[in-house]
Amino acid sequence: MSYNYKKYLRSGKLPHIWCPGCGYGIIMKALIRAIDAIGWSQNDTVIASGIGCASRMPGYLDFNTIHTTHGRSLAFATGIKLAKPHLKVITLGGDGDMSAIGGNHLIHACRRNIDISLLILNNNIYGMTGGQFSPTTPLGKRATTAPYGMTESAFDLSKLAIGAGATFVARTTSFHVAQMEDMMKQSFSHKGFSVLEIISGCPTGYGRRNAQPEAWDALEWQKINAVSLNRYEAMTPEERDGKFITGLLHNETRPEYVESYDKAVNINNEA
Amino acid sequence: MSKREFMQGNDAIAYGALYAGCRFFAGYPITPSTEIAEKMAAELPKHGGRFIQMEDEIAAMAAIVGASITGVKSFTATSGPGMSLKLENLGYACMTETPCVIVNVQRGGPSTGLPTGPSQSDIMQARWGAHGDHPCIAVTPSTVREQFDETVRAFNLSEKYRIPVIIISDEIIGHMREAVNIPEKGELPVFDRVKPTAAAENYKPYNSSSGDIPPMANFGEGYRFHITGLTHEETGFPTNSGAVADREGKRMQRKIDANYDDIVKVEEYRCDDADVILFAIGSVARSAKDAVDTARESGFRLGLMKPLTIWPFPDKHVAKYSGKIKGILVAEMNMGQLTGEVIRASAGKFNVKGLLRTDSEPITPSQIISEAENVL
Repeated sequence: MSYNYKKYLRSGKLPHIWCPGCGYGIIMKALIRAIDAIGWSQNDTVIASGIGCASRMPGYLDFNTIHTTHGRSLAFATGIKLAKPHLKVITLGGDGDMSAIGGNHLIHACRRNIDISLLILNNNIYGMTGGQFSPTTPLGKRATTAPYGMTESAFDLSKLAIGAGATFVARTTSFHVAQMEDMMKQSFSHKGFSVLEIISGCPTGYGRRNAQPEAWDALEWQKINAVSLNRYEAMTPEERDGKFITGLLHNETRPEYVESYDKAVNINNEA
Repeated sequence: MSKREFMQGNDAIAYGALYAGCRFFAGYPITPSTEIAEKMAAELPKHGGRFIQMEDEIAAMAAIVGASITGVKSFTATSGPGMSLKLENLGYACMTETPCVIVNVQRGGPSTGLPTGPSQSDIMQARWGAHGDHPCIAVTPSTVREQFDETVRAFNLSEKYRIPVIIISDEIIGHMREAVNIPEKGELPVFDRVKPTAAAENYKPYNSSSGDIPPMANFGEGYRFHITGLTHEETGFPTNSGAVADREGKRMQRKIDANYDDIVKVEEYRCDDADVILFAIGSVARSAKDAVDTARESGFRLGLMKPLTIWPFPDKHVAKYSGKIKGILVAEMNMGQLTGEVIRASAGKFNVKGLLRTDSEPITPSQIISEAENVL
């Protein structure tokens, strides 16, 4: 049975700007299905983004949507959530948006544990500007600003989020569609700050410089290298090389920021 | 009967914001504006509002724009180095026409400069700091009571014209304490943004068919719309059209320019028969007022033009003295940012001289009087 996405799409804004082979269309569809499944109303849901290919997604989605400045979407979203805590707030962005220019906002949102759901669409490259390296470009891989190969170590975004105090952290890929939808539902339902890292591909900006020129190449790479925690733990160090863990990585209960604030300051709701 | 209190200038801004209906503040500690954040942290919860100290100045500016789009009046406060960081999202607020208020308690610059010393060197930054053509409203209080009143007016202008409004204060006014009559509720007007009346499905966030200032819906109230810092159509969605960029950019500029009389407020003190008019804002205007009275005791007819709105620049107020005065002396704590504007506004019809001081010391009345004699 086919799913009807029309209720949640601004159809007049389609076709989208993403290149053929980009994983973001797959992610957008999973996002719609996840929101529909948990029953959030369009009027009460805010989707915020920054700058970059991923950040164009809210424009196609029929919610309260805000396309902010580069890296700053979590700071805007923090203001939205504090002003109107009943709103459901999703923030999304790419690896450059969230971990380079927006890295400071990311770690502090994790630390505060404000009830915002963050999706990081990680394609290891700055796609919109044409393929410059990002903080998640793997060592040795090529980018227009790393013509001799990447010379800096990459961030592990999920580890970064756990270290900074996010109370829900999971990783999935644009290939593992059922898991992606499931992880989205779990992260949206989580009370507190959740981070879902979604590994995706960019044939235009990354793939064609790194022996993955076709759309399928990135998806196949995700298929082969994403492993569950159980499988990873059963592997030898040699087998683990190049593999990454997907699924739920961290889940804890800690007081949510707005609730803690309101309690601590004894906010006067009658005023 | 209004309440009389001995109050610090920075605190007066906080109380003015609460009076105007502000219920959200996001900030970052910086001298000499920190007392505003401290006061808001203590007071907002009592009024059902929330305070947050963000991870940096950029985030604080972003957070107040976020809060404002849900309909909650919001502001932030900073000083030079922080103001430089606010500019990114100040431009976003201009482009998205989101009401909010930004306080700059000026200190010496550039860069880290003189953190505890006064200055007036961020006048042009307020006007042109954010990249791209954009309109600007900035107010310039010079007493503790004006810190209160101009904050209320800043919120009102922001809500009315859908624009970020900058309060340009300085270290002297910010840290000065004066006895102030706190206005009672209803004594000063409080303006709330105009909301749309059209059905939600027909709402266009930048529809200017009823005037240059489109009604603004709140996020989360059934009007689902898109906000972007990209050039956008009246629907709010991005476009690459140069024609739309031209049309919308001119509309945004026009919504301010066409309302000069409503926005620009200038106190003119003993200007009617003046030979020389002093032009001064903020703490310098206090010395200038004293200079006027002192000079007149010995027969030297000085007047004072004290703009409470510095952007848009009070061109008309300056130009009207053509043929009536010998000249204007601009006294300012910078290298001539206002002087250049007054020269432009004077259109060569009278002398304009600058009394410029950049040593972080206040300009004194006697300095002003002796320099004013050179304008004759």
